[in-house]
Amino acid sequence: MSVSLTVDGNKVTVPDHTSVLEAAAAAHISIPTLCRHEDLVPKGACGMCIVKIGGQTGFKRSCVTEAREGMSVWTSSPEIRDIRRGILELVLAAHPADCLQCIKHGKCELQTLAERFEIRDLHYDRYTRGLPVDQTSLGIVRDMNKCIGCGRCVEMCNETQTVASIFFRGRGADTIVAPTIGKSMGDSVCVNCGQCVVYCPVGALYEREQIDEVWKAIDDPDKIVVAQIAPAVRVAIGEEFGLEPGELCIGKLYSALKGMGVDVVFDTNFSADLTILEEGTELLGRIREGGPFPLITSCSPGWIKFCETFYPELLGNVSSCKSPQQMLGALIKTYYATQREIDPARLVSLSIMPCTAKKFEARRPEMNASGLCDVDFVLTTREIARMFRQAGICFADLDESAPDPLLSGYTGAATIFGASGGVMEAALRTAYELATGKSLARIDFSEVRGMQGVKEATVDMDGLAVKIAVTNGLGNARKILDTISAANKLGKPSYHFVEIMACSGGCIGGGGQPLPNTQAKRARRMEGLYMEDRGLALRKSHENPEVKRIYAEFLGSPGSSLAHKLLHTSYLDRREAASASS
Amino acid sequence: MNERSRISHFANSEAPLDIARYIESGGYVGLMAALGKTSAEVIGVVKNSGLRGRGGAGFPTGLKWESVAAGEQPYLVCNADEGEPGTFKDRFILERAPYLVLEGMTIAALAIGAREGYIYVRGEYPEIAKMLALATEKAKARGYLGNDILSSGFSFDVAVRVGGGSYVVGDETALLNSLMGNRGYPMLKPPFPTEKGLWGKPTVVNNVETLAYVPIILGLGAQAFASIGSVNCPGYKLFSLSGHVANPGVYEFPMGTRLRDVLEKAGGVTGTLKAIQIGGTAGPIFGPAALDYNLDFPSMQKAGGALGSGAIVAMNTSVNMAHVLEVTMRFFAQESCGQCFPCRYGTRQLDYMAHRIALGLGKVEYLDLMRETATVMVGASFCPFGQSVALPLKSLLDEFGDEIVSFMTEQQYLKEVSE
Ligand SMILES: Cc1cc2nc3c(=O)[nH]c(=O)nc-3n(C[C@H](O)[C@H](O)[C@H](O)COP(=O)(O)O)c2cc1C
Ligand code: SF4
Ligand code: SF4
Ligand code: SF4
Ligand code: SF4
Repeated sequence: MSVSLTVDGNKVTVPDHTSVLEAAAAAHISIPTLCRHEDLVPKGACGMCIVKIGGQTGFKRSCVTEAREGMSVWTSSPEIRDIRRGILELVLAAHPADCLQCIKHGKCELQTLAERFEIRDLHYDRYTRGLPVDQTSLGIVRDMNKCIGCGRCVEMCNETQTVASIFFRGRGADTIVAPTIGKSMGDSVCVNCGQCVVYCPVGALYEREQIDEVWKAIDDPDKIVVAQIAPAVRVAIGEEFGLEPGELCIGKLYSALKGMGVDVVFDTNFSADLTILEEGTELLGRIREGGPFPLITSCSPGWIKFCETFYPELLGNVSSCKSPQQMLGALIKTYYATQREIDPARLVSLSIMPCTAKKFEARRPEMNASGLCDVDFVLTTREIARMFRQAGICFADLDESAPDPLLSGYTGAATIFGASGGVMEAALRTAYELATGKSLARIDFSEVRGMQGVKEATVDMDGLAVKIAVTNGLGNARKILDTISAANKLGKPSYHFVEIMACSGGCIGGGGQPLPNTQAKRARRMEGLYMEDRGLALRKSHENPEVKRIYAEFLGSPGSSLAHKLLHTSYLDRREAASASS
Repeated sequence: MNERSRISHFANSEAPLDIARYIESGGYVGLMAALGKTSAEVIGVVKNSGLRGRGGAGFPTGLKWESVAAGEQPYLVCNADEGEPGTFKDRFILERAPYLVLEGMTIAALAIGAREGYIYVRGEYPEIAKMLALATEKAKARGYLGNDILSSGFSFDVAVRVGGGSYVVGDETALLNSLMGNRGYPMLKPPFPTEKGLWGKPTVVNNVETLAYVPIILGLGAQAFASIGSVNCPGYKLFSLSGHVANPGVYEFPMGTRLRDVLEKAGGVTGTLKAIQIGGTAGPIFGPAALDYNLDFPSMQKAGGALGSGAIVAMNTSVNMAHVLEVTMRFFAQESCGQCFPCRYGTRQLDYMAHRIALGLGKVEYLDLMRETATVMVGASFCPFGQSVALPLKSLLDEFGDEIVSFMTEQQYLKEVSE
């Protein structure tokens, strides 16, 4: 069903339950907003979107007003413009005049609106809040001096992610977003997923940058900087340089890293393939031994901390495999160092990730299998783009180049790790062949692809019906985890294999990806990964020649004791942290 | 006029929990009358009585009950959050006539089909909450509450909850949020609580005083109540008198009584009357012309104000209106819940400017800027709280703007001479 209405005199027809704001957009009228976001529930906090509706008194918030048949909406009038300008001035008077130094400069929604409304001077006296900046977290910085109180982060953290690490606190103009009283970001239950950062319209929540440290390592002649690039970065970084979401930029990335002075460039896709060998072996072992089921993937560090905090009883179900980042980090300072006869202490291991939680993961005490810190620095997609700009690299125009051999070759199975369902699909491609010795006729598992939050399927593996589930976004994970937990308690089967990613859409929607990082853009990045997969000659992890070689020359077989020492890890029960903060 | 048409008749300050005395004075007559009627009949009586909500907005109570969405078990909530400065009439009722409120709730529950009710008591009234819990126990023991009330087959239970929020939590939607354990933020209407309230179920929220008049109406009949006070706003009303009056306190008058007569009953104004605020901090501040206003919802609305909670604050000529401006704006800034931008930032700026003015550091431009801020807040605030700042602010500036300006000039002058 649809309704017809007029917006500023223009007739539009829109589906039932469309908001007046969206109806106006259909009439090519962009109503200004500060709190609304297309992916989130409209809250009506900012009041910028007010409109006049014929026959009704006062102004209505168009984001939360449904378009009705025959409505006449007026989106602009002297009163409306004055009120909008008034709200903006009120916000700006309370906001630090700090744009030039701000991490959101040029990407800030408040700045954009101030520009759109041509706010040249403020009638109000300015004031600052004088609040300390919370720098305690390895992933996320919280600067409440810049918070405008839109509530997006609160929705992300509480409703979408269900971590409930940050809330509104205080009242009126003193309202801030913060963890429970007595906690800071660093010791809260925050899992560092960065989804709050991604939706923050201003520079109040942002990634903890490590750009300066990385420049220092690059500039140090004694250091050899070895980089790795995660699957999801290659289809997103182009957005930072005017390219389309989903456009594959891996060749340019190799060139740019070399261009800015990185010595050796590897690819996390290599260790994604390696992960499949290790995790696939683990899965087959469990199938042989009849459990424990389900096996749950472990490559998303936000998910790992979530499990440690809220579902520690399921830690035995989680694969012991490290994430591909940490596997490669350990191999760089062992295998690569030995092969090239380099003192591992000279190696600086740098990883380029779509993720803010990886910054936390790299600092976990377990992550020094090489005897050194396996991954020294983690830069998000946004940070590496900043470094390219600082280095004057015209990324979009670069020629493509190849990575360094040894730890960079990959298959299509590895590249889809960046999308929700990708690890599952990659594992299925390999596990089937390893288990049966037969070649798989169909290698596209479309039932686990796509942006849906929960995907379930039963896959036939040579007569065994394997029940699988794939979730992305931690709130969605909870749904499956509660089922598993309940089934485990009763000793009943639930699933055989479960993939969980902390961020909506998987790593392509990670907290470190280019902004805006909307659901729509995530879907396009996802397509980009599947497109690369389709175009590759090798699409199964166990066919990766470099993977075969490292087992032959170094690791022995999947699940060997050396593999266990370097590629597997253990987890921590953080239940107490959860109860302390609730 | 029948004494029993007044809440004051049931007020017992010595032994408010003595249920036998309450019954002696005519308590539970209303409930017994209601138990002999169908829900629709009870609603009919309340509609015919013309009772309008005493929580501030004056919404017809019978209509509210009637609008409860059919289908799901509704809840009943008694709003005892009373956070308005200068308002203490709900406290008066709860401290002296707790059974009257419980009886009113039981009748309301019968009318709307609720089986569970809550009394949301302001955090600053912990003793009252304790007393109410005792009163519910006693009423239950006597069969006036709980399972199978007076063997009628009707059951209704009441739980007492102590609030912990700002003034804004008194707004019914914020109160429901708070009851559900959420932050006390107002919610958008529609949907109205009667459609979707507590845990998504239809919910009636009524003020303490509204509910206290319900047993009276059922006991005396709709007609008896409707014949008191103003034609389109009948019955008695409690007024909280404070400020420069000889005998501050709670007084009960028929709706429509002239302000002059109300003040007289309280011993008159001490000193010379300069200004008077009616309806609470969110009401306008009038000059002495207000003495001839009739105190009921429609008359006050016509006068450009609001009856609100029935708070009346008298100010004599010793009061500096710049100071009143400051106190009023500070109230708004401290109580704003902070959910929406116009009110969160607007109240902060108003508070700042009013404070500067009171310190003698104000600028004349502030006065216009304050008005403009109020316009933004009226147009774009999320809930009635932010919208209501305009009434006191504009009335202060209209009525006493000259005084405030000369205060600023004088302060400026004094500073210059002292330098
Ligand atoms: C900011 C704000 C504060 C309010 N505070 C109270 C209050 O303390 N007590 C009250 O009964 N109603 C208060 N109200 C009115 C309630 O929202 C609601 O209308 C009332 O409880 C309904 O009861 P009634 O129909 O019996 O009047 C407040 C409204 C607003 C907007
Ligand atoms: S958050 Fe936006 S408006 Fe504020 S300083 Fe940063 S760029 Fe400027
Ligand atoms: S990073 Fe994730 S868990 Fe941490 S506060 Fe933000 S949304 Fe919550
Ligand atoms: S931190 Fe950012 S997202 Fe969160 S409320 Fe403040 S401005 Fe909004
Ligand atoms: S108007 Fe004020 S009290 Fe009401 S929602 Fe907005 S900030 Fe809260």
